[in-house]
Amino acid sequence: MALLELQDVEARYGPIRALHGISIAVGEGEVVALLGANGAGKTTTLRAVSGTVRRSGRILFAGRSLERRSPEAVARAGIAHVPEGRGTFAELTVRENLRLGAWTRRGRLRAEQERVLRYFPALAERVGQPAGTLSGGEQQMLALGRALMARPRLLMLDEPSLGLAPLVVSGIFAILRRLNEEEGVSVLLVEQNATLALEAASTAYVLEVGRVALAGPADELRAHESVRRSYLGY
Amino acid sequence: MANFWQQVVSGLATGGIYASLALALVIVYRSTGVINFAQGEMATFATFLAWTFVDHGISFWPAFALTLAAAFAGGVALERVVIRPVQGRSVLTAVIVTIGLLILINGATQWIWGGAVRKFPSPFSTRPIHVGSAAFSIQDIGIVGVSVAAVALLTVLFRFTKVGLGLRAAAVNPDESRLVGVPVGWMLALGWGLASALGAVSGMMVAPIVFLDPNMMQGVLLYAFAAAVLGGLSSPVGAVVGGLSLGVFLNLLGTYWSTFSGDMRLVGGLAVILVVLLVRPAGLFGRPAVRRV
Amino acid sequence: MSRVGLALRAAAFVAAAVVVALAPRFISSYHALEWSQVAIYFVALIGLNVLTGYSGQVSLGHGAFMAIGGYTSAILIAHHHVHDVWTIPLAGLVAGGVGLAFGLPALRLTGLYLALATFAVAVAFPPLVRKFDHFTGGNQGLILNLHTNDWLYYLSWSIAGGALLVGWLVLATPIGRSFRALRDSEVAAVSFGVSPALYKTLAFGISSFFAGVAGSLFAISSAYVNPETFPITLSLFLVVGLAVGGLGSLPGGVVGAILIQFLPTYAQHVSKQAPQVIEGAILVGVMLLLPGGAAGLLRIAANRSVVHSSQQS
Repeated sequence: MALLELQDVEARYGPIRALHGISIAVGEGEVVALLGANGAGKTTTLRAVSGTVRRSGRILFAGRSLERRSPEAVARAGIAHVPEGRGTFAELTVRENLRLGAWTRRGRLRAEQERVLRYFPALAERVGQPAGTLSGGEQQMLALGRALMARPRLLMLDEPSLGLAPLVVSGIFAILRRLNEEEGVSVLLVEQNATLALEAASTAYVLEVGRVALAGPADELRAHESVRRSYLGY
Repeated sequence: MANFWQQVVSGLATGGIYASLALALVIVYRSTGVINFAQGEMATFATFLAWTFVDHGISFWPAFALTLAAAFAGGVALERVVIRPVQGRSVLTAVIVTIGLLILINGATQWIWGGAVRKFPSPFSTRPIHVGSAAFSIQDIGIVGVSVAAVALLTVLFRFTKVGLGLRAAAVNPDESRLVGVPVGWMLALGWGLASALGAVSGMMVAPIVFLDPNMMQGVLLYAFAAAVLGGLSSPVGAVVGGLSLGVFLNLLGTYWSTFSGDMRLVGGLAVILVVLLVRPAGLFGRPAVRRV
Repeated sequence: MSRVGLALRAAAFVAAAVVVALAPRFISSYHALEWSQVAIYFVALIGLNVLTGYSGQVSLGHGAFMAIGGYTSAILIAHHHVHDVWTIPLAGLVAGGVGLAFGLPALRLTGLYLALATFAVAVAFPPLVRKFDHFTGGNQGLILNLHTNDWLYYLSWSIAGGALLVGWLVLATPIGRSFRALRDSEVAAVSFGVSPALYKTLAFGISSFFAGVAGSLFAISSAYVNPETFPITLSLFLVVGLAVGGLGSLPGGVVGAILIQFLPTYAQHVSKQAPQVIEGAILVGVMLLLPGGAAGLLRIAANRSVVHSSQQS
């Protein structure tokens, strides 16, 4: 049984339907990538899981249904959603951002914070600074760190590479790989940078206009004719 | 010279009253984006409740605490029932709803307790303390003390507790906060509850001075607006600094320029609002708003 | 507006005018006075609608502009013995001028800030009136001439009718379109070449002109003004009337005016303070349940009947 399962999920923004019945699955310990052009529904899919958009259809997490849960409840269930644009609380300090991430947890947060900061040494130097003063890359790391503070079973990332320099991006993906391998965190990754995404993921889905157009192991998709042309550029 | 310091201290006292109500306004504004025109009336209602408690034999400070609890509950209830439904909608809708609350609560206060002016007990004696040739009223000092204590407690809550962090996060970025599991709805209600309790503090501090009547807080509301605007509508620190300085400023103004004594201080308050809004709308501590195109 | 719409509107107006003109024969003199008050609130609401409903600027201080008009008339009548009726347009012009002058700095204030500032103006106005007591008669106020209730009725309603026509006229011109564009999206309007400064200021001037006229009528019909004549609650009740009648619907102002005038009378049967509680509850209820006010209800009903008739045909 997969950790996260979406079956025939539809989602709408007001009268506009953005997802027309998609079915995807994320296995325990897997990294799954969602690819597609702008407006294909990738972000909407993440929002459907975290409950921040009107949706219908079956959504199962660890066997339990998420359909009627509020975003707060989804977070409590063990899903961390890092939205596009990072969503750091600019006015709060780095430390406060991290503490906020652990909202759903009880107990000693100091140890938790140190554990997370070990992944992001650059942040350790800046714990007292307002998050808004950090660079783009640092904010992305902070967003990741905040998500980790909750010890999620599933991490959902929306465009982590957006607006960041290549060196910074590869640093972030390296950390992602460590998280997945060392801590067993499952990842659902939305990325426009298909090359990176297909390297990091074991399974990938290609979305087009709110539907799943292609699905399969990352290696296969990397070799797939239309994927190569549309998303990999060769 | 002695008179100057006396006026400063008593200005700090009235300033503390303005600061409490201004802080309440700012908390509500920051968390729910609404200027609560009914904040003054809510405070008046709470103060009348306090009067009823005292009238039934409860001594002042227990009555004070009971009133704070009741005001807190009332604020939470109002947010959930009345404000929540209109939160997404236009500025005008929110303004009109709080105006409606103003009218309703003022009417309810008169209905329940009648319009007669009453005496409200002060926990502080009116004996003066002499420092040099100046005489300071214990009551004034007491009011400053209570206001400072209220503000300090709130500061500790906001800065050093998990709930306070949740409140700040929910105010600044509700969508993000939901994603980390903060129950934003309850945080906003909590904000209203705290603001309502703060307003009650303000009311109970001013009532002994101006006597308790249903329209008691209307002037204070104007001064609280002026203080909040002066300090910056989104800045809690600004509300407190604005309130205290406004109190001192208006008191000194009234003392040394007789045109602005008594009722005319309202015009002084209005002038502060207009000048600040025209010259530096963000106030002393607020951030200038960026218009998203 | 289509030809049919225009014709319907004209017919409705004429019909209403006939009803208004004949009514005093059937109602008592006291009721005539009450209904003349309705006309006065109606005039003020037309102005407030232009400002808030059409150009999107919230004012919680319109009572102050009524006060300016009222006191202008009162001073002219009491101190300078000008004939009552001539003071009305003068009052409107003075109030309108102050409104224009206020409108300019008000440009820098948006939404909440403007509401806040106008609220402060309304609260601070009575003390100002008291201060300048050699003009205004201070706390004792000014005493004016008495008139018959019927005379007041016809005066107020003719002016109300005129105000409605003028209001419609203004809104039908490009000025009105600019107002609506500004209300809906200032940024978009600017990109279309609408100058917010000009039109918003104009809206303030026009609406305070109406308020001044209303205030003048108020003073004349009360035959007395003092600082308590135009309290902050007046400004707030005007907003209530506006919301209930419907933002963006000038004729809806009649419903709002009726509410402001008659609710206190009828609710007083319950208790002296009940009117306020009920007014407040109505205001909150309307905004929660029926944001379009009475006009919104009519629009919904009209849409339903359109759908109905198209389903039947």
